[in-house]
Order: sequence, then C-alpha cells, then structure tokens
Amino acid sequence: MPLLSLVIWLPILGGLAVLAASRHTTDANIRWMALAVSAVTFLVSLPLFFSFDNSTHEMQFVEMASWIPTFNINYHLGVDGISMPLILLTAFSTIFVVAAGWEVIKDRVAQYMAAFLIMEGMMIGVFAALDSVLFYVFWEAMLIPMFIVIGVWGGPRRVYATIKFFLYTFFGSVFLLVALLYLYFQADKSFAILDFHALKIGIEAQILIFFAFLIAFAVKVPMWPVHTWLPDAHVEAPTGGSVILAAIMLKLGAYGFVRFMMPIVPDASFELDWLIILMSLVAIVYIAFVALVQEDMKKLIAYSSIAHMGFVTLGFFLVFTIFEKTGSIQGAVLGVEGALVQMVSHGFISGAMFLCVGVMYDRMHSRNISDYGGVTNTMPVFAALMLFFAMANAGLPGTSGFVGEFMVILSAFQANFWYAFLAALTLIFGAAYTLWMVKRVLFGEVKNDKVAELKDLNAREAMILGTLAAAVLILGLWPAPLIDVMHATVNNLLEHVVVSKL
Amino acid sequence: MAFEIPNFAPALPEIFVLTMICVVLVVDLFLTDKNRSITYLLSQATLLGAAVLSVIVQSSVPEYTFGGMFVNDGMGTVLKLFIYLSTAIVFIYSREYLIERGLFKGEYFVLALFAVLGMMVMVSANNLLVIYLGLEVLSLAMYAMVALNRDSDVASEAAMKYFVLGAIASGMLLYGMSMLYGATGSLDHTAIASFIQQGSSDDIVLKFALVFIIIGLAFKLGAVPFHMWVPDVYHGAPTAITLFITAAPKIAAFAMLMRLLVEGLGGLIDHWQDMLIILAVLSIIAGNVIAIAQTNIKRMLAYSTISHVGFLLLGIIAGTSSGYSAAMFYVIAYTLMSLAGFGMIILLSRNGFEADKLEDFKGLNQRSPWFAGMMLIVMFSMAGVPPTVGFYAKLAVLSAVVDTGLVWLAVLAVVFSVIGAFYYLRVIKYMYFDDAVDNTPISSAYDMRAVMSANGLLILFLGIYPTGLIALCTAVLA
Repeated sequence: MPLLSLVIWLPILGGLAVLAASRHTTDANIRWMALAVSAVTFLVSLPLFFSFDNSTHEMQFVEMASWIPTFNINYHLGVDGISMPLILLTAFSTIFVVAAGWEVIKDRVAQYMAAFLIMEGMMIGVFAALDSVLFYVFWEAMLIPMFIVIGVWGGPRRVYATIKFFLYTFFGSVFLLVALLYLYFQADKSFAILDFHALKIGIEAQILIFFAFLIAFAVKVPMWPVHTWLPDAHVEAPTGGSVILAAIMLKLGAYGFVRFMMPIVPDASFELDWLIILMSLVAIVYIAFVALVQEDMKKLIAYSSIAHMGFVTLGFFLVFTIFEKTGSIQGAVLGVEGALVQMVSHGFISGAMFLCVGVMYDRMHSRNISDYGGVTNTMPVFAALMLFFAMANAGLPGTSGFVGEFMVILSAFQANFWYAFLAALTLIFGAAYTLWMVKRVLFGEVKNDKVAELKDLNAREAMILGTLAAAVLILGLWPAPLIDVMHATVNNLLEHVVVSKL
Repeated sequence: MAFEIPNFAPALPEIFVLTMICVVLVVDLFLTDKNRSITYLLSQATLLGAAVLSVIVQSSVPEYTFGGMFVNDGMGTVLKLFIYLSTAIVFIYSREYLIERGLFKGEYFVLALFAVLGMMVMVSANNLLVIYLGLEVLSLAMYAMVALNRDSDVASEAAMKYFVLGAIASGMLLYGMSMLYGATGSLDHTAIASFIQQGSSDDIVLKFALVFIIIGLAFKLGAVPFHMWVPDVYHGAPTAITLFITAAPKIAAFAMLMRLLVEGLGGLIDHWQDMLIILAVLSIIAGNVIAIAQTNIKRMLAYSTISHVGFLLLGIIAGTSSGYSAAMFYVIAYTLMSLAGFGMIILLSRNGFEADKLEDFKGLNQRSPWFAGMMLIVMFSMAGVPPTVGFYAKLAVLSAVVDTGLVWLAVLAVVFSVIGAFYYLRVIKYMYFDDAVDNTPISSAYDMRAVMSANGLLILFLGIYPTGLIALCTAVLA
C-alpha cells in the first residue's frame, strides 16, 4: 500500500473536501470533519512507526513513479530514521491545531481548517520526498497556506508579519533552487537526493552550494542573524499557526541540514562548520538574553524556540570537530541523535507553550506578561500544566526537553570544552526566562479583575494539554524507542559525512 | 523561368482566416446591434476552423512553400494553436465588457482576426519580408484596437504612443533587415543562415544589422530599455484590448525571435547572446522593481510582463534546444497567466467601474471565495511559486541557463523574482486580508465564469502535472 502517498494526499484532499463542503453545511460540522481528517491521517501514519525496520539505514516505504520525464523528475518518496519521526510529529500536531481552533476561529472556519490540513500534507511531503524537485515543490507550496493563515486570522500587524515571513523564506529557498539545478547537471541530469549524496564535487563548488543551502535552511530554522521574521510571525499568527510554525516548520530547516547540506557538501561543511557552530552558540546565548527581556509571552517563546533550535544545529555540526579530534564518529552520533530528539521534543514543548498562551489569550485577549499575575488562583489545573511545560522548556530531567539537550552537551564536551560550556549556559538562561515568565504570569496575587474572573480549562483544552504533557513525559522518561529508530540512519549519515567527496 | 503554382496546402489556415475576415466584415455590415453576436460567433468559428485546419495540415518535418518564404513545422503548429486558443478566450472574456461599453462592434472582431492573421504569418515566416509583413499586419491592427474607444483621452493617447514608438521599432527592424540583405544578398532565412555559416564571422555589417534587428525585436517584446510603451498602452487601452495585446502577440514575438535569431542568425549566437543578456537582466530588474510602486493593477501587470519577458529571454540566451523549448513553455505559461490576470479585472469590472486599481480587489475573498482562489493561483503562478505552472516555467529556463554555465544569471533572476513576489503578494493581501469596501455582487456571464475557472484550474493542473506540455515543447524543438 502506498502509505506515504496516503499520508500526504489524505489531508490535502481532505482539506479540499472541507472547502467544498463549507457551502452546504454548518461550521460545527466543518470542525468535526477537519478533526476526523486529521485523526485519520495520524492513524494512517502510525504503521510508519510500527512497521519500521530499525536495523537499516536504507529508505523504507519507497514509492517511485515517473513525473516529468523530460527533466528526469520523479515522484519519489521514502523515509529513514530521520524523517519518519518528523512525519509522525506533523500528523500528531495537526490534530491539536484543529482542536485549538475549535472555538476561537469563528470567521471563515472552513478556510482555516483547510489551510492547516493542506499544509499538513505538504509538510509531510517535504519530509518524505526523495526527489529534490518534489522536495522543493512541497517546501515552497507550504508557504502559501501559512501566508494566508497568518494574514487572515492573525493579529493587528498580521500583514507586515506574513509578508515578511513569506519573503524571508522565499528569498532563502530560491538559492536552494539554483543549487539544486547545478547539482542536477553535475549528477548527470538526476534530481534524486540520494544521487546527490554520492556526487563528487570540487571544493569551490561545494562552498558555493554550502552557502546556498545555508541561506535556505538557516532562514527556515531560523538561525541568528536571519531569525527576525520568526518573532513577528509568531506574535501575529493565530495559536494554531504558531504551533505549526514552532512544532514543524522550524524542523524543516534543520531537516534540510541533515538531508542536504551535510551529506552533499561534507568538505565545505568540514571547512565551514565553525560558522554554523558560531551561529548556533550566538543563538543559544544571545537569543536567550533577548528572550529574557520580552514583555509579550508569545515573543518570549518564539525567542526561546530560536535558542532551542540553536542546540539542534550545534548538535549536527559537532561531528567534524569530534572526528578531527578523536578520529571516530562515536561521540558525534550522540550529538546528532540528541539534536534529532531535541527537534521532536521541541515540537511537543513549544507547541504546548503556544497552546498555553492561546488558552490565556482566548480569555483575556492579551499576551502581555504585565496584564497577568496570580492565574494559578483562578486556573489551578491550567497553571499546573503550564508549569510542567515551562519546566520541560527549561530542560528539567524527566521531561523530553532534558534528553536532547543533555545528549548535545555531552557530545559538545568531546568537541570543545567551551562549546559545551556555552551550550550548557542555556540550561540556566532557559530556566531564567521561562520560570521568570511563569512566576509573573501564574503566581503572586491576583493582579486584576479580569484575572479574577478567569475560568479554568474546559474539557477540550484539558484534553489537548494533557495529551501533550503525557507525550513530553513519556519521551523524557523513555526516549529509547525514538533513538532506536534513528540510530542506524544517523550512523550511516555520519560515516558518509566524514569521507571526503573531493 | 517557368511559372510554378506554389503548394497552397501548408498555408490553408492563413487562407481560411483571411477569407473569413472578409466574410465577417461583410456579414457585419448587414447586422443590427441586436444581432451582433452573430459576428462574435462567426469569429469564434473562424478560430475553431483555423485550429482544425492547422491540425490537419501539420507536418512533422518542416514543409516549405511559396519559394521557401513560408514554413510549416511543429513549432509553428503548436504556437498557432495557442494563438487561436488565447484569442478565443479573449473573445469570451471581453464580450460582456465590450457590450457594456458600447464597443461590441464588428470592427473589434475584424481587427482582432487581422491581428491573428498577422501572428500566423509571423509564426510561419521563413523570409525577412514575410516576417515584416506579418508584424505590420499585427501591429496596425493593434494600434487601431487600442484607439477603438475613440472618446477616451487615455486610450487615444495610448494609441498614439503605441503607434509612434511601434513605427520607430518597425523602422529599426526594417533597417536591420536591409543591412542583412546587403550583407548576405538574400532575404531567405535558410540562405542567410548558410551564408553566415560559410562567410567570415567578423563581418561588421552583419553585426550592425543584428543590433538593429534586436532593437526592433526588443521593442515588440517590451524588453527594457525599449519598454516605455508597455505600461502606458496596457493602462490606457480598454481592459479587453489590453487582454488581447498581452496574450497572443507575445507568442508571435517569441516565434519571431526563434525565426530571426535562432533559425536565421543562429551563426551569430555569440553576439546576440550578450545583447540578450543585457536586455534580460535589465527587464527582470526594472520590471520587478518598478512594479512595486504601481497602484494600478493594469500598470502593475504591465511591469510584470516586462519581467516575464526577461525570463523568457533567459531561455533563448541559453542557446540550446532545451533552452528554446523552455522559452516556448514559458511563453505559453505566461499567456495562460496573463489571460487569467487581466480576465479577472474584466470579471470584477462593470459599466462605469473598471476595477483596475489594486484597492478594487479588496476583500474579494468575502465577495467570491472561488474567484479569489483563482486569482490567488494566478498571482502565485506569476511569482513562480509551486505548485503552479509559473514555477515550472521558471525552473525550465533557469535550468537551461545553469546548464550553459551562466549560474550568476540564474542567481540574479531568482533574487529579483523574490522582489517581484512582493507585489503579487500585495494583491493577495488585498483579496484575503482586507475587508471588502465594495459589496456589489459580481455579475458576469456564465461562459466567462466557466472559462475563467477553467483557466485558473489549468494553471494549477499544469503546475501539478506539466509533463505533457513540457514534452510537447521539447518534441517540436528537438
């Protein structure tokens, strides 16, 4: 059964069906329909995990069909240990996005739901694509629904934020396109990503391609200093948009690093890994300070996302230093796996944090920290959950936030003490900005009448946040299944990456 | 020298169209305004008949007739079919528009059909004079069409500008052709090509001729720095006429480029390549940057056309058969997009309201989600975002350019396409993010709505499955 195609096209067609149905049915039915589509998609994606063969790095569930023979472009899908968990994460998150928009979105419900469902299919397409044009098509097409979501259902400065978001990411990706075209001719007219991996390229070309990839993926991650679109987009986006941005879209950039940059231009990456490590460390340290001073909760979490994604890119690019030092990739495997765990974990945690802010925003219509205080008195259940997610965000052991960060820091020690030192600072800073926000928002005296009138979570909200809390806890206590899935692929990737392709 | 009767068969579509123009002209004389749709239907029938004939007389190997002046080949057939198709769509889109403004006259259809005839002659020309003949038939018809609404000051001004600048361009082209004739002693493309092959390559007259010919071509295409007429004419002409000017004539201009530069002067590729690079770079930069400052959507789309011409030239610059087929794919994709874009303006307009300001698109998503969706597809396609046909068009020309080793040109083109994305996004912003100011229901004929939807969906469909069209373009230019 073409499982991957099903997971990609089911939500896209479901989204179109939702749009088509909107004329003939009520908004309530539309919501249930969207929820059903997203739930079925998640169920359909589960076999990807359960029938996955952990022992091999080869692509699985491969589908191949000729698409545009003139350019040798194929509809080529497949997953390995890196992309499979991210597909599940996407399918999982979309359910919460649909549920989170249940009551808040009253205007153009069908378009809202359809945008997220179509976006889900496209994001899964990015993770599953093994043909670079197919990858690029999904990668770009996904911007369209997001552009609409932020622009239509966003906050007061939504137009500025969404155009900035679109142009930033579009600017990044066009360089990717030129690089892919160059590789296409180098690979003897093939767009297959795996063919690119095997390609021998001279160092000068590698460096140019490296920068093309860097622009494309760094904007998406986003890395300092091209991160400025993210806080704007997050602040203005509706809750669902923020969740998808943080949980999935940022992962796409990181995914690009491991799928394209490291295996295709390993020598340039070897030469220039200091640049990425530097950018990552700046993100971890400097952005943490920026997060500390934010007045707006969503902005604070957005900056915290940038800092956490800094961990991911750091984890990826430690391999070259470690290999140079020890001559083995063993220490680096830990770093890359940590980074990948961090990606999944950050998907849960940041998604949950944005949902928490959304819960408060729906009641108070404010995201300013100063408007809150003593929320725990009126919303005890909510406060408990939000505190839990905040702790996870700060990397508390036992939560998923700890696992990835700890693995990356351990790995960083093998590369360079100062990398590890700076990276470890984030545990302190992360605790500082997250917990300080929590203190000001949740604890203390009841700040004003509005807070005094707050109602605690309803069943829907409790269900969403409760499930995410369970996911964070399970991944934190027992990350082994996830790491097992990745292990063979990561080993293979790193063995490949340390071999020169000149 | 014995007189030989030429083989008329390859030129049957042209002969048919010419005959039908005369028929339409005469029939229209005897019609009252009430029965004017007979003229309309006859015109559509003419296009349909020409399409059928073109398919019947198509030939897989180039077929020459009239002493080698006229050629019937695969590229010609495909381009002609798209010329008929786009003209037929133009007729459907403009019918109501013209009726509402009292311009629904026989002249419009006769002139448009004359223009079609001119384009057909250009597409099939294998001789400098025949190219010029076709070009003038097309141009004269278009000058008159722009001035069709003679009570409008803007339209008359636009027509005047168009005529004067067009005449200068024709003069340049003709001057270049005369030099070419002086240097090679022939007007025949095939003979010119073989002369250049054998002759000394540093013939200064040839290069001079080339410069003038390229200037003439650039004028007709609207490439920077010979683009000044484009925004004024697009803006000044009634939208239905703009729609016509922007679509099919670009296909004919592409054919002219292919016939003159590639088939005739292919031996001078080293020289015209550099000139076209300058034109392409300037067009892409100026078109995209100036479009940002426009508040009138017709002017904005005019500048967008200029940048598309720049992209189209990229394919020719590559100088490979894959480049030419990429350019051909681009021009067809562009035609579909611009038809839909200008068609949407007509759809929103009504008597006394032109809907040609960007603000007029405000809140379209509330007024009509379906057509807002269609315009969304068109705008993203023009910006080159997948999954729309505009993406593959750009992909194809860029891949041809990268293949030639001009990676810097590809980088420059994509960077400016990002800048260009801004003004397309602004249209979407008006449609989706702003509230409607004008809540008049959108009323238009069913045929227009159906064709408009088909047009938009085709752009999307070709974005998901472009295989057939790409293969077609490659096959006829192989």
